[in-house]
Amino acid sequence: MNRPQAQTADLENKARLLRARIIETSHKTNTPHLGSCLSCLDILVAAYFGVLRIDPSKPRDPVRDRFILSKGHGAAALFQVLALRGFYPESLLDTYGQDGSLFAEHPPAPAYLPGIEAATGSLGHGLPMGLGMALSARIQRQEYNVIALLSDGECNEGSVWESAMMAAAQKTERLLAVVDFNKWQATGRSEEVLAISPLVDKWRAFGWNAREADGHDIGALVQLMSKVPDGSGKPIAIIAHTVKGKGVSFMEDDNNWHYRIPSAAEVVAAKKELGVAA
Amino acid sequence: MRNAFADEITQLGKSDSRVVLLSGDIGNKLFDPFKAQAPGRFFNCGVAEANMMGVAAGMALCGLRPVVYTITPFTTTRCFEQIRVDVCYHKAPVVIVGTGSGLSYADLGPTHHSCEDMAILRTLPGMTVIAPADSTELRMALREALRLDGPVYMRIGKKGEPDIHRGAPQLRIGRAITIREGTDACLISTGVMASVVMAAAEILDRRGIRARVESFHTVKPLDDATLVEVFSTFPVVAVIEEHGRIGGLAGGISEWLAARGPHPGSLLSFGTDDVFMHEVGTQDYARRKFGLTAENIAEQVAARIAR
Repeated sequence: MNRPQAQTADLENKARLLRARIIETSHKTNTPHLGSCLSCLDILVAAYFGVLRIDPSKPRDPVRDRFILSKGHGAAALFQVLALRGFYPESLLDTYGQDGSLFAEHPPAPAYLPGIEAATGSLGHGLPMGLGMALSARIQRQEYNVIALLSDGECNEGSVWESAMMAAAQKTERLLAVVDFNKWQATGRSEEVLAISPLVDKWRAFGWNAREADGHDIGALVQLMSKVPDGSGKPIAIIAHTVKGKGVSFMEDDNNWHYRIPSAAEVVAAKKELGVAA
Repeated sequence: MRNAFADEITQLGKSDSRVVLLSGDIGNKLFDPFKAQAPGRFFNCGVAEANMMGVAAGMALCGLRPVVYTITPFTTTRCFEQIRVDVCYHKAPVVIVGTGSGLSYADLGPTHHSCEDMAILRTLPGMTVIAPADSTELRMALREALRLDGPVYMRIGKKGEPDIHRGAPQLRIGRAITIREGTDACLISTGVMASVVMAAAEILDRRGIRARVESFHTVKPLDDATLVEVFSTFPVVAVIEEHGRIGGLAGGISEWLAARGPHPGSLLSFGTDDVFMHEVGTQDYARRKFGLTAENIAEQVAARIAR
């Protein structure tokens, strides 16, 4: 399978559209974690429209690249991205939040929704599972890559660092961890809750080829995330500096939007800022 | 039993290239033959069991058949959430092996005892729970477990457990094996208690009580047909397990009985008390402390029959 070829401007347009849809869905369905969704959206767009070698018509293709949203509370963003990427019709998203719907606040197990690689939501699970998948590629002599997207709050979990050590010991060069470093977790600054700094140095000290990036520069993200393996012989970490609530002025870097639901008027205002028609 | 496990997994790994062995930094030398024949399919995952279980689930989702091995508390209670979410919710065919289960490591202290493992893993949807009686059952159960398309937990002993089976009986997951015929009482044994239970049946025999003994190697799903039969046939059905009396096999059978309604047979449960055993001692010492001896089992069963 080949990498999708995409123009950065096109990806940026997709990101604007998706932001509007996520905000609208949050309002309609009372779905929280809006700030988290907007913070990681550009990484998701870069991955699904510029990096991952996947075919939505063959979601279980054994040689596909795998993407795990380890920060499962960003599911509202992932669901929109998967629909736009063609894994299921966008109309399926109309059931969001309804009784009997497939769409919970966190991704379900892969058997229930095409495009999902792992059920997440309890933090610290995605990287170990992704490591297992990346090691499988080696055992099976295949060349698929695995990307796990973590939040900075998630790096509180010990299992993240257990996994980081084993990935380094195994020189798991087909594993890429992207940390959505928006400097917040549910109830406070991630630096103040647990001393997370220096985050890049931590990943380096754990044996990863870690680098920093602007988590909203989609073009740069596509470039960086496509270089797996990168020749270092190490697992790769991208510490992506992001802004929680990115894209809407009155949501940016305001942690109230971890749980707050936008009003109808706020949806209109947000869409206007994003340049997306009502 | 662990030597039998190492030997069997080596053979299975030879015939099936999907079999991957993950160890939590134990089994030094034990797995050398496996490593020699499949160097790319053995992983010492270190002392990091939560990660190990997630890694196993990820491998299973990619079509491999991972077998996870470490001392029982660390492959069960330590990483229960990873078993629940990564393995069971994903219906991932991971075989989880807990070695030195029950009171095998009595002398290592309560951190290494495991008298809760079957109770908690039994609660997980889709999980199969197996406690083989001896090395023969272990080998067959492992083979069968790798044929199942879902998660399996297998608690095994340490070393030197007596062989119960002379030949190689057919083992089917979910079907108990009758290892002694009898007409007056039924002793249901699970896991490594089988030799003690057989000795209890001998004592009863000398007292004129013919006890049937079932090796109930599968704790979940319960063998419904055998339970219907023994609770309809025998006035006393004793369940013996090296596990707490809360939530293990006796716990499962109690739930079964409650749902089924009254049966002629009455249930007697032998297991560990609701305590941590802080005194040091051998496995036999620990068993005596909790009444898990042939003499006590025979005594209690005879008394219940006489009542």
